[in-house]
Amino acid sequence: MTIHAPLAPTPLMQVRDLNKNFGPVRACRDVSFDLRRGEILGIVGESGSGKTTLLRCISGQTAPSSGEVLFDSQRHGLRDIFALSEQERRRIAREEWGYVHQNPRDGLRMRVSGGANVVEPLLMNNVRHYGRMRTQSLDWFAKVELDGARVDGKPRTFSGGMQQRLQIARNLIHNPSLIFMDEPTGGLDVSVQARLLDLMRVLVREMGLAAIIVTHDIGVARLLADRLLVMKSGEVVEQGLTDQVLDDPQHGYTQLLVSSVLQI
Amino acid sequence: MNTMDIKPAILVEGLGKSFTLHNQGAAHVPVFEGIDLAVRPGECVVLAGASGMGKSTMLRMIYGNYLPSTGSVKVLHDGAYLDLTGAAPHVTLDVRRRTMGYVSQFLRVIPRIPTLMLVMEPLLENGVAEDEARDRAERILAMLNLPRNLWALPPATFSGGEQQRVNIARVMVRDYPILLLDEPTASLDAANRETVLALMTMARDAGTAMVGIFHDEVARNAVATRFFDVTPHRCAA
Repeated sequence: MTIHAPLAPTPLMQVRDLNKNFGPVRACRDVSFDLRRGEILGIVGESGSGKTTLLRCISGQTAPSSGEVLFDSQRHGLRDIFALSEQERRRIAREEWGYVHQNPRDGLRMRVSGGANVVEPLLMNNVRHYGRMRTQSLDWFAKVELDGARVDGKPRTFSGGMQQRLQIARNLIHNPSLIFMDEPTGGLDVSVQARLLDLMRVLVREMGLAAIIVTHDIGVARLLADRLLVMKSGEVVEQGLTDQVLDDPQHGYTQLLVSSVLQI
Repeated sequence: MNTMDIKPAILVEGLGKSFTLHNQGAAHVPVFEGIDLAVRPGECVVLAGASGMGKSTMLRMIYGNYLPSTGSVKVLHDGAYLDLTGAAPHVTLDVRRRTMGYVSQFLRVIPRIPTLMLVMEPLLENGVAEDEARDRAERILAMLNLPRNLWALPPATFSGGEQQRVNIARVMVRDYPILLLDEPTASLDAANRETVLALMTMARDAGTAMVGIFHDEVARNAVATRFFDVTPHRCAA
């Protein structure tokens, strides 16, 4: 009998034994995982489980107390992002990553127009075809289902759901290979959430990008993520295929988390 | 041709399952053990046994949805056997995308997406061009008698039978070498049941390897090539 051995291209990101302590508090303990290109990883767990701290560490915003975050960068190849200089790390974040905040106000510039918000990452990456900028912002307005007539409006005149879609456009326009999302549907009405979920799923599929999504919403995780990490008190207590983790949870904490979801 | 000469598409070996409920005093719930089953292309094995014997559990384990406690499930994928037990998530997802379809009793989709789009999706994921995907999706929805005026609507407000047909369309729009069926005809009226059974018989005769659960006797007898009783494998509680 031949046993199938699928080719394993190098992962896009490898997190190795990551620890993050805040004084005596161990916010992340010995977290390790790989992320493949095009894969959507969900990180679930209740408030205080360390999932946002983990996201901040692997996206280069907070240095871990120990451990490695290896990223296969176009510019540097496979490197520990914390072994790079601050400047190099910021450059990777700007050129090859996106970061969608829970609150769009944290990810948008509220004083400039929606269109300018969308194309700004191109300017920061020294793409300067001013003539095409407007076409590009309109293109992205259409992709995230925003009315092109609002392209000159300030983000504060947009609804929460529109702001979140604007933030997503801003984070995808430079064609990143990895996007981080912290509770991307957190502050939205359920009806707006569904549309955003669908949009994110389609964009991620079309662009073939990898995503790491932190959420406490099991429903969001089920619909978006290929794979889940379940965190409790800073530790990954369970990981695996999304529907397997949610339908046949092995760890007591995951069982509790899944059984606490309201059914409608 | 003697079907025994063909390589099985599914190989279940020594399969056992028990659940440990950590929040209920670590209660240990054994389901079954020591199941061996080989399913060849063109076969439809119907799982038999009373409710609670573990038929759905077994089906879900073949799909990689439940983790086996013991034993293994191997499927023929790209011409070689792949052990789903302990396979990396992306490998299991690849098997599901290209080799193994699953019709469940419930439709679980992102809200607010039109029915036609939901049915096109498995084709788009496999790189089928949008026009062809639309064409095939329309054909299968028509075949399943889903009224055309529903195609542009999300299925959330559909009747149970209509939702079930969307579910079936999403799977049958592709030609999976392996099909797993968990009560695919449960909420259908007689006419629609006939259509679905005809589709499944056609797939089986075209060489799909199938494992199914059918409580309805007519349905069972229409598609089954043999029965597999899980009762003897039941763990003593």
